[in-house]
Parts: sequence; structure tokens; C-alpha cells
Amino acid sequence: MIQSIDYAAIAPPLILALAAGLVLLLDAFLGRPRAPGFAALGGVLLSTAAVAWLAVEGAGRATFCIPGELRGGGPASCSYVADRFTLVISAVMLGAAVVVVLLSMTELARGDVPAGEWYFLLLCAFAGAVALPASRDLVMLVVSLELVSLPVFVLAALRRYDGRAGEAALKLFLVSVVSTAVMLFGASLVYGVTGEIHLERIAAVLAGARFTDAVPAPGAGAPVAVAGVVLVLAGFAFKVAAVPFHFWAGDVYRGAPVPVAALLSVISKAAGFAGLILLFTLAFPALRGVWGPLVAVLAAATMTVGNLLALRQRHAVRLLAWSSVAQSGYILAPLASADRGAVPASVAYLALYAAMNMGAFAVVAVVARTRAGNELDDYRGLWAVSPWSAAALGFFLVCLAGLPPGLAGLFAKIVVFREVVAGGLGWLAIVMAINTVIGLYYYIAWAGRLFAAVRPGRAVPVTAPAGVAVAIALVATGVFSALPQLAISALG
Amino acid sequence: MIPVLLVTVPLLAAAGLLVPAARRVVRGYGLAVSGLVLGLSIALAATFDYARPAAVQAEVDVAWTPGLDLRFHLGVDGISLPLVVLTALLTALCFVYLAGRPSRRMRALTVALLVLEAGMLGTFVALDLLLFFVFFEVVLVPMYFVIAVWGGPGRRAAAVKFILYTLLGSAVLLLGLLLIWAQTGTLDMVDLARTHGSGMSRGAQILAFVAVAGGLAVKAPMWPLHTWLPDAHTEAPTVGSVLLAGVLLKMGTYGLARVAVPVLPQGAEAVAPWLGAFAVIGIVYGSLACLAQRDLKRMIAFSSVGHMGFVLLGFATLTPVGMNAALFGNVAHGLITGLLFFLAGGVKDRYGTSDMTRLGGGMLGRLPYLGSLLTFAAVASLGLPGLAGFWGEMLALLGAFSPGAGLSRPLYLVFMAIGGLGTVLTAAYFLVMLSRVTHGRPDARWRDARLPDVTGYELAAWSPLVALTLVIGLWPKSLLLVTDPAVRVLLGVVP
Repeated sequence: MIQSIDYAAIAPPLILALAAGLVLLLDAFLGRPRAPGFAALGGVLLSTAAVAWLAVEGAGRATFCIPGELRGGGPASCSYVADRFTLVISAVMLGAAVVVVLLSMTELARGDVPAGEWYFLLLCAFAGAVALPASRDLVMLVVSLELVSLPVFVLAALRRYDGRAGEAALKLFLVSVVSTAVMLFGASLVYGVTGEIHLERIAAVLAGARFTDAVPAPGAGAPVAVAGVVLVLAGFAFKVAAVPFHFWAGDVYRGAPVPVAALLSVISKAAGFAGLILLFTLAFPALRGVWGPLVAVLAAATMTVGNLLALRQRHAVRLLAWSSVAQSGYILAPLASADRGAVPASVAYLALYAAMNMGAFAVVAVVARTRAGNELDDYRGLWAVSPWSAAALGFFLVCLAGLPPGLAGLFAKIVVFREVVAGGLGWLAIVMAINTVIGLYYYIAWAGRLFAAVRPGRAVPVTAPAGVAVAIALVATGVFSALPQLAISALG
Repeated sequence: MIPVLLVTVPLLAAAGLLVPAARRVVRGYGLAVSGLVLGLSIALAATFDYARPAAVQAEVDVAWTPGLDLRFHLGVDGISLPLVVLTALLTALCFVYLAGRPSRRMRALTVALLVLEAGMLGTFVALDLLLFFVFFEVVLVPMYFVIAVWGGPGRRAAAVKFILYTLLGSAVLLLGLLLIWAQTGTLDMVDLARTHGSGMSRGAQILAFVAVAGGLAVKAPMWPLHTWLPDAHTEAPTVGSVLLAGVLLKMGTYGLARVAVPVLPQGAEAVAPWLGAFAVIGIVYGSLACLAQRDLKRMIAFSSVGHMGFVLLGFATLTPVGMNAALFGNVAHGLITGLLFFLAGGVKDRYGTSDMTRLGGGMLGRLPYLGSLLTFAAVASLGLPGLAGFWGEMLALLGAFSPGAGLSRPLYLVFMAIGGLGTVLTAAYFLVMLSRVTHGRPDARWRDARLPDVTGYELAAWSPLVALTLVIGLWPKSLLLVTDPAVRVLLGVVP
């Protein structure tokens, strides 16, 4: 069986994988400490260019399809599809990846972390993140998701002799392995019932079609399929830190280096959501009655618990960790609605959230260099000494709270509210309304500290890469504020 | 075109101040910009076609975000025009006041006030439900900072309380607006008002009305959702209190007139008796609370609860008379309470306290100009015939005497009686305040204190309010002629 591979379609992850190899070689043979960083940045930008080219070309490419003689009368079922959804999510991931690489340059300037390994692992995770939204079968999905997760444990622990980092890495490892096991078990049940691994075929089989005689007629195994779906959902809930699988977030974000926390909060989370959306809308639409209400409850619990935990935090990164758990709840909420616009709403929120949250992490990474404690009180009066950093952070926080002038956040909330109301989930809309108020409290309390009139502390020097990172996030958030259309109608 | 400028000029001016080199021009800057905006609003009023005040004029309609059906749709009619002018005027007067009494961190305060102005004006000229909501939200952050940075000793808690309460109201409001959108498929306020909620079932209308009116009632504020107000008004700096009372509260009642009542007539009919009941409770509660206050500023804050109760009672009648009363009361309250907060700020600046027992009496003897102005504002606020405060209250009670079709007349007669009692109580607390502060002998404690009387800047900031209170009090038709045709169209009553 000979497969013809469409290299243009798989270019974005391929470029990242090649760049990862190149980084290791450069680190070993060139001996310039800054070379790996620039090589990684080049790889990410090149991959972004490939995504942009695919988007301009417009014809949704697909590769790794089932050859004609093996289709059993079913669809072509390609494993890798570069359609609009794939490209939009990839673009979000790569945008965040640029910021993570730039923040890493600042983080690694201290020299206590091996640069080659760091960028190699980062690029591996990025490759997985870009491959994931293109995956259209169970195996590819799980492999991509693991490719995103595995390097992150090591990244978290790469700074040696740091107890907190080690603890964070171990916690992340255990949680991630358990969630993968749960998800694999669920996926295997689904495979067992349907006999298919391609998402569209699973959907067809669950809806009554048959392509193979290898398994008994579907319908007989419906309870098993339900169990499989619930287990897969639980696995993804771990990945996106949805309640009740959220406990790891605070400690892990706090212990890991700030760029890794940023990666976890945006790229790793976006990967989880992309997988969730793909599986549930492509493979399990027939079981909406099972997972729809579950997702709604999960969303409500996630935003409420995340917000309540964030209320009590005094540490900047921990606050962002729990607030990002709460934000997961908002991303989940529209998926619970059966409305046609549910997926575009979630993706729009994800894109807007990625821009704002990356910005907040970028400023926190800058401040963390001079104020090692990184407590919220370390931000008091930042305006007086570093007006630009303070203004940027204030803008991102107001965005996350969803208030003007942070229109990006306001529109994100409106999109989600609209889907939830249109889907008839009135109770969820009310829970969300209350949660926006809780969320506002801690964001505005933090933003208020920035402008407090106190004896100014030391200025916060901004390194060039970090400055560029903040600027990118600021431009992205600003553009989304003025033209929310870009995110809201990204999926058409 | 002018409505666009009304929104963009203050915003761009605020952005301009963020440039580091702007440090030197800050003193006259806010005054110049707000003066320009006031000029624009007067130009808008001058070019307004008074022959057809019910029609939307100076309209601008551009698509902004098709994915959300959000359009940049602005315009004015007889309902919004007076509020636009009032907003521009009060903001300009705030800057006049600040020019005479510069505050610390003046640049940041100017930025906050200009953004606030853009949000307030935008709320009044927006004709798209979501755009209205966006502008409605724009005011929150600048007002939070105005209270939290330049406020009194309890400013932090007051600012947080203000923003959390009003955001909860906004979130509920958003749900109501989205429900309207989900049911009718349009966000255009002109279309929605024209069709009077056709396409929405009675149940959906009631639900949407409760959400929209409930959200707006937090801002208005309606008893029992008013608890953020006394703290915010008391702790805010003078200009913050003036704009809070003068304009921000009006955004809530304006939303009722613009969205809730015309778009959801069946919902309004079902909920109006509740609205009326809460309104009259607010009137009596506000007056009784005022009687119990020792602090001048806090008393004026509570008086707002009572006055806005009359405005809400006007809406609750669902008659043209009542709606006109509400819109009249809105403007009158903006002028008079704005003046009262200016005066309270002036008193506090001079005496260092606004505690009435500490102030003692005899202000008329010691500071004759300030004392007379305070007396004038107080009697205007208590509704002396011939001044602006009278008409809003009288017409609201008149509206309650013959409420709209489908409403229980006996119930509204009870409301009218309680409201009438409220006017007496209102007179009582203002007269008590005057007898404690302006009359009698000056307290010995202030004998050696240097207490300058009204300065030129203060006079410039306050006299327009005095003049307008007199003008629309003596010639109420000037305002009613503009609002009445628009009200009749919104209520679907053919003139």
C-alpha cells in the first residue's frame, strides 16, 4: 500500500519538527548560546508562514486518507486535514508560540537552563500543538496530544535544583499520565464498539452506518459507547484543567518557569479544546444528549470554582492559573449549546483569550525578573516606575475581565453569552453573569494596585525580546478590540 | 456626523494625553476639550429639526462586526438630545470647577473624565443594542478609578462596591438584550421600537423586561438595588459625584425609556406595577434615610434614591404623561443634584468636613453666596413650583392618577398617595438640612478659620446650572415639546 503524502498540507508541523532537530545540532556544534533561540523563532515564523500560505490558497488540503480499496464503501476519511478550523487554531497556537519563544529568550538569559534542550522541547510541543487540530482519527489525536504534553514536564523541571519546579513537573506528569490513560481507555471503548478510528466514520457508525463486519452491529454496544465518551471527556477535562480535574493548575503554573506557565495556559489548553471540539462535534454528534448536559455542568463548575479560587490568591502566577481555569469554563460553555454557532463561538473565545492571556503572562514574566516574589503587592505603584508595563498589564487585565477599554474581552464574553442564550441554557447564562462579576473583582483589584500612589519601588527593566512579546500581544489584543470580526467570523 | 464626533473627540483627546509630552498642557486641556464637546452638542441641538423630534436625526449607520450583527449606529431624537446636552454641559462644568481647584494627578483625572464623557455620550446616542451596551460599560472603569484614586477615606471599598454592583446589573442587562436579539433577530433599536416587540411571546417579553429593567435598575438606582450608591457618591471626589448623580444614573432610566418600555410593551405592562411599587418604596425610603443622615454629601446621595423613585414611577405609569415626567425629572435631577454635589464639595473644601453637626449653622451669615446657592439648590430639589424639580414630580404623580390601559387604577392611586407623602418628606429633610446648616448663628469653632466665599471659577461652574434650573422650571414646555412627540411614538400612541 503506497501513500502519497501531501507535504504542503503537513508543512506547518513538519517545519517545526525539522527546526527542533536543527536547534539540537546548532546547540551542539555552534556553541553560541543565543543561536538556538533565534533558530526556534525562525522555525515558528516559517511555520506561521506555511499556515498563512495554506489559508491564502484556500483549498482545504487533506492527506493520509484511506486508499480506495479499503474504504468499504465509506468516505475517504483522511487522518490529516488542513481545513479552516485547523488553520485558525494553528494560527492561534503559533501566535502564542512566538510569544513563548520570546519570553524564553529573556528567561534563559540567566543561563541556568540549557538552551538547546529547552528550545528543542518547546518546538516539539509546538509541532504537536499544530498537528493536533489537523488530526481526524483517534490515534493521531492521542499522539499529537501527547506530543504537546510530554515535553512540558521536562520543560517545567529543566531548571535544576529548583524544588518548586521539580514538584510542578512531577504533579503535571502524574496528572497528565492519568488523564491520558483515562482518555485512551475511553477511546479504546469507542473503537471497540464502532470498529473505526476515523472521526467521521465513528460518527457514521454511531448514527447507524456500517463499513466493516469485524464488530457486532452498532446499537448493541450503546452503553459502552456512552462510557467511552464520558471517559474521553474526563481525559480532556484534565488537560484543560476543568473542574473537578483542576487541582494541579495552581501549583504547576506557580512552580514552572513563567514561559512554561504561559504555554500551559494557552497552547496546551487550546490543544485540549481543539481535541475536545473535534471529537465531540465530528465523532460523537449522535451522543449529544449524553455529553451536552455534562459539558454544561462542567462549564458552570469550572468557571465558578476557578473564579472563587482566584479570588483568594496573592501570587500573580497563581492568580492567572486559577483565572485561566475559570476562562476554560467560558470556552466550554457554548459547546454545551446545540446551536450551529457553538464551535465558532468557542474558537473565537479561545483566540481572544489567547491574545489577552499571553499579554498578561508576558508582562508578569518581565516583572518577575526584578520582583522575584511576584506577589500581587509587588505590583503596587508599578505605573510610577514603569508606565508602559503597567499600562499594558492593566489593559490585559481589563480585557480578561471583559470591560471596555478591553473590548476584545467584552466581545469574547458577548459571543459566548449569545450562544448560551441562543441554545436556551438560561441557567448557565445566569451562572456566567455572576461569574463575570466575581472575575472582575480580582482583575480590577490587581489593575488598581498598578496605579496606586505609593513610594515607587525599583523600575522594571524590559529586555528587547520580552518587549517585543508584550508588543505582539498588545497589537493582537488591540486589533481584536477594534475588529472583533477577525476572531468571531474566523470559522466563517 | 456630530454624534460620531461627540464620542471620538473625548476619546482621542484622552489618548492624546497619554503621550508623555502632554504633561505640560494638562491644565487647560480638559477644559478645552470638554468645551469643544459642549460646543458640538450645542451645534447638534441647533441643527436639530424641532418640527419632527420623534425622528432619529444626525444618523450614522456603519457595519462594525457583522459576526455579532453589531453596527456603529448613532443618532439623536427628542429623548436623547436633552441628555446629550446635559452630559456635555456637566462635564464641561466639572472641568471649569477643576480649573479653579486643581486636583492631584490631574493628567490621569483628565483622561478618566474624558473617557467617562465618551462613554456617557455614546450611551445616549447609540441606536444599536450591543453598541448601547458597549458604551454603557465604557463608563465603569474610569468611574472606578475616579472613586478609587481621588475619593475620600473609604474610597477603595466604595469603588469596588460600585463596580461590582453595576457590573452585575450590566451582565443581567446583557442577558436581556441577547434574549431580545435571539427572539427578534435584530439589534437595531429603531426597528425594535417601531415594531413594539412583535415576534416575541408574552412570556419572553416578561423575562426580557425583568432582565433589562433589572439590569438598568441597578444603575438608576431602584430600591432595593441602590445600596452601592450612597457609598460611591459619598466617597467620590466632587466631580465624580456630580457626574455619577448628574449623568450615570440617567443612563439607567434612559435605557428604560429607550429599550425596555418601547421594545417590550407586554413585558412592561406585566412588570410595571412592581416597578411602581419599588419606585414609591424608594421615594419614601430615600426621604426617611435622608432625615437620618448627618453627612451633607451622604444626604444628597440618598436624596437621589428618592428623586429617581419619581422618575421610575413616571415610567411605571406607561403613559405619555408619566414618561415625559420621567424624562423631565431626569434632566432636572441632573441639573439640581449636580449643583448640590458641587456645593457640598465646596462646603467640604472650605470646612474640611461635610458633617452637618460639625458645620454648625449660620452659613448664610458667614458665607452668604455659598449659603444662598445651597438654599436655592435645596428648594429646587424639594420641588418648589417654578423651579425645575417641581415638574418631574408633579407630572409623575399626575401620570399615576390615570395610569395606562391594563394597569390597576386603585393601585396607582395608592402609589400616587405614597408618592405625595414622599414629596412632603423630601421638603422636610431639605428644610431640616437648611435650618441646621445655613440658618442660625455661626459655630464658634469656625470663628478664626479662613473661609473664602464662592470663587470666580466656582461661580462660572455653578451659575449655568442655576440659570437652567430657573429656565426649565419657569418654561417647562421648552423641554416637553422636544420629548413629548418622541415619547408618543415610543409608546405607540398616535398624537
